[in-house]
Amino acid sequence: MELKSNAPSGPLETAWERHRDELKIVNATNKRKYTVIVVGSGLAGASAAASLAELGYNVECYCFQDSPRRAHSIAAQGGINAAKNYQNDGDSVYRLFYDTIKGGDFRSRESNVYRLAQVSVNIIDQCVAQGVPFAREYGGYLDNRSFGGAQVSRTFYARGQTGQQLLLGAYSALSRQIGLGNVKMFPRTEMLDLVVIDGRARGIVTRDLVTGKIDCRVGDAVVLGTGGYGNVFYLSTNAKGCNTSAIWRAHKKGAYFANPCYTQIHPTCIPVSGDHQSKLTLMSESLRNDGRIWVPKKKGDDRSPDQIPEADRDYYLERKYPSYGNLVPRDVASRNAKQVCDEGHGVGPGGLGVYLDFSDAVKRLGAAVIRERYGNLFDMYNRITGEDPNKVPMRIYPAIHYTMGGLWVDYNLMSNVPGLFVVGEANFSDHGANRLGASALMQGLADGYFILPYTIGDYLAKSKSAKVGADHAAFQESTKAVTEQIKRFLSIRGKRTVDSFHKELGKIVWDDCGMARTEKSLKHALGRIPELRAEFWKNVNVLGGNDELNQSLEKAGRVADFIDLAELMCRDALARTESCGGHFREESQTPDGEALRDDKNFSYVAAWEYKGENQAPLMHKEVLTFENIHLAQRSYQ
Amino acid sequence: MNLTLIVWRQPDAKAQGQLVKYDVADISPDMSFLEMLDVLNERLIQKGEAPIAFDSDCREGICGTCGMVINGMAHGPLPATTACQLHMRHFKDGDTITIEPWRANAFPVLKDLVVDRGAFDRIIQAGGFVSVRTGSAPEANSLPVPKPHADRAMDAAACIGCGACVAACPNASATLFTAAKISHLGLLPQGQPERARRALAMVSQMDKEGFGGCTNIGECTAACPKEISQDVIARMNRDYLKASVTEV
Repeated sequence: MELKSNAPSGPLETAWERHRDELKIVNATNKRKYTVIVVGSGLAGASAAASLAELGYNVECYCFQDSPRRAHSIAAQGGINAAKNYQNDGDSVYRLFYDTIKGGDFRSRESNVYRLAQVSVNIIDQCVAQGVPFAREYGGYLDNRSFGGAQVSRTFYARGQTGQQLLLGAYSALSRQIGLGNVKMFPRTEMLDLVVIDGRARGIVTRDLVTGKIDCRVGDAVVLGTGGYGNVFYLSTNAKGCNTSAIWRAHKKGAYFANPCYTQIHPTCIPVSGDHQSKLTLMSESLRNDGRIWVPKKKGDDRSPDQIPEADRDYYLERKYPSYGNLVPRDVASRNAKQVCDEGHGVGPGGLGVYLDFSDAVKRLGAAVIRERYGNLFDMYNRITGEDPNKVPMRIYPAIHYTMGGLWVDYNLMSNVPGLFVVGEANFSDHGANRLGASALMQGLADGYFILPYTIGDYLAKSKSAKVGADHAAFQESTKAVTEQIKRFLSIRGKRTVDSFHKELGKIVWDDCGMARTEKSLKHALGRIPELRAEFWKNVNVLGGNDELNQSLEKAGRVADFIDLAELMCRDALARTESCGGHFREESQTPDGEALRDDKNFSYVAAWEYKGENQAPLMHKEVLTFENIHLAQRSYQ
Repeated sequence: MNLTLIVWRQPDAKAQGQLVKYDVADISPDMSFLEMLDVLNERLIQKGEAPIAFDSDCREGICGTCGMVINGMAHGPLPATTACQLHMRHFKDGDTITIEPWRANAFPVLKDLVVDRGAFDRIIQAGGFVSVRTGSAPEANSLPVPKPHADRAMDAAACIGCGACVAACPNASATLFTAAKISHLGLLPQGQPERARRALAMVSQMDKEGFGGCTNIGECTAACPKEISQDVIARMNRDYLKASVTEV
């Protein structure tokens, strides 16, 4: 089946406006009759829940954390893009659109990305009005910084805590609606299943993570803003709790999973220190504005960095990409780091690291300016490694950071299951095969504040769903399935911990479906994953019971889903024999080692349909057409 | 490193808790404190014993989820550091380390080291916001904010809502947390229309939640991983006092 984006035809510049004018609206007094279930309280979920409640809908919001303020959006450091052109440096909606499409290696939908660039300017207005303390110049106006993949300065920031401040803005709007009684908030509550009745999403089954109570929640639409699946790699920059269970279980109920192989490796993370490592820490790529990346020219040069003279250093990004230099997009920066380390130029333990050096910037701008720009990042680095970046260059290495793939959605952010909407990182829509820095925050808030509130109304106004209650057979079936799965976890009492399986899975996908992929490695992974799954269901050890706060039980459910997702991810990567963005197939590269796309055969979105346990999933295609942009080999030289 | 841990174990909110001793061998100084607890938990599960429940999420000091009292200090001995950012290189081989949950009536223990900090959310719900609906914001640069004001607002807004201030305070007061939000919004022009109302509502909710009063001891600031200054408390008190006599 070919998938349709439902994007309006005609000129791109007016598409969203024309589309909005055609959307049906639910009468103001009728809105309170509709219940919208929002799962996740990050930038996308919280902004959606707050905005929908402001409109008058009855909203329920769920998060597994102890408070909606803790969602992982909070950890985004660098900033948020917007086409304000405050710098007078030639930025425009078109340029942000173009940069995002090109950065995504021409694998995203033109219509969605253009709209994203258009509403980017409204986001900044909204956040400033909420009291988000963005950085300002002495005149009192907003400051900008530049970021990877762009030649203009369009990134707004709040020190190194932009995600935190934007999330607290959305959280404050959400809190206001909770206080007013318009949103019912359910913290420490996990979605375990999506309930579909007569082909429409009508609710979810949840587990209270403190008491273990399984509950059926009925709604007229379900919105998933549950983030990405980077933790399939076990070691990633995601928070420990980030998981794929909400979108995976929705996938099992019929929602197509699009482009799972598009995963992003972030170039500026702190290298792994040992087997005990529980997660990786990212440092904002804004560091690349002023830091210079280099490795020793001589292989295995073990002199301390200050003893290596300029002539013996290879500033490899500046050398290979003179016009973008250290600001090449993330995938290019990451692959080059891997390449120089694989060639034996890496620094630090195990040779898995490159230097990020601020000494030139300190000479040029002074220590105080560097401190103001990056102080908290320097402190963070120092705490973890015990080294002071003011004195010695940082060591960095790439790590999994973001997943561009996610549930397939149309222009209205609705999945192929009517009534199931997906926002933020959980959907696949805007970043193609590679996301540019400072664009995740933009997309999460665009979806939640300015797109979903319009499109969901159209769905609700048009759908005449029968009233259903939690006693409906579909809810009872879901409850039974969920309860049985929990019982099964608790009864296996095998010999291995949940974490040990998660670590093993992570190693398989990092080695075989990480920064570089080959047919051989992917087939290897596709052999190993089913074996791991079989062992997991036979030999996992989950202690305790259901009727209590049981963190091993929570993790068991999430790891079971990660194992299934990992298989789909490798399958998708195997099917896409081209390289594009974060998906690098070694068989498909240019003579200088850049990702080589195959537009003739792969200019499509791969949306996978779940066909049941032990059944091969079915791929549907949404063909990507580019009417406004000329497809080109991405070049940052 | 070999360590002795003395950890608060409590099966659920109603049960009586107790301190339990664990010997933990072969710990690397490069591990974070929570990774050390992960290692202990893996070993406990292998022995068939219940792992220690504790909250953590981002493990990079920004989400505010983790929190435990380590050797009597909220988030442990290092200044400006959350428990998840603390590394074992700051301990010595042979050390005995005591780990307890936040202790405050307003933060009931749910299990082991996990507490319920819902009271903080309710304080924000009472008034920790600017009432601006999506869509009604003016152009962002139409309202210049002097840089020093924006910077001071950001200093206060850096609060991660972890609750260390409450845990460290002998009165279990939530004043630093509440004052940080009141200051953040009170320093910005956007926060002015609701400034008085906000101070009254948030302070009233804070009292309702059962937190203690502030007696200017300053343990809160010392324990705060984001080094929120006590100045915010003076600012809150001024706003509260002014609002009490001007708002009817």
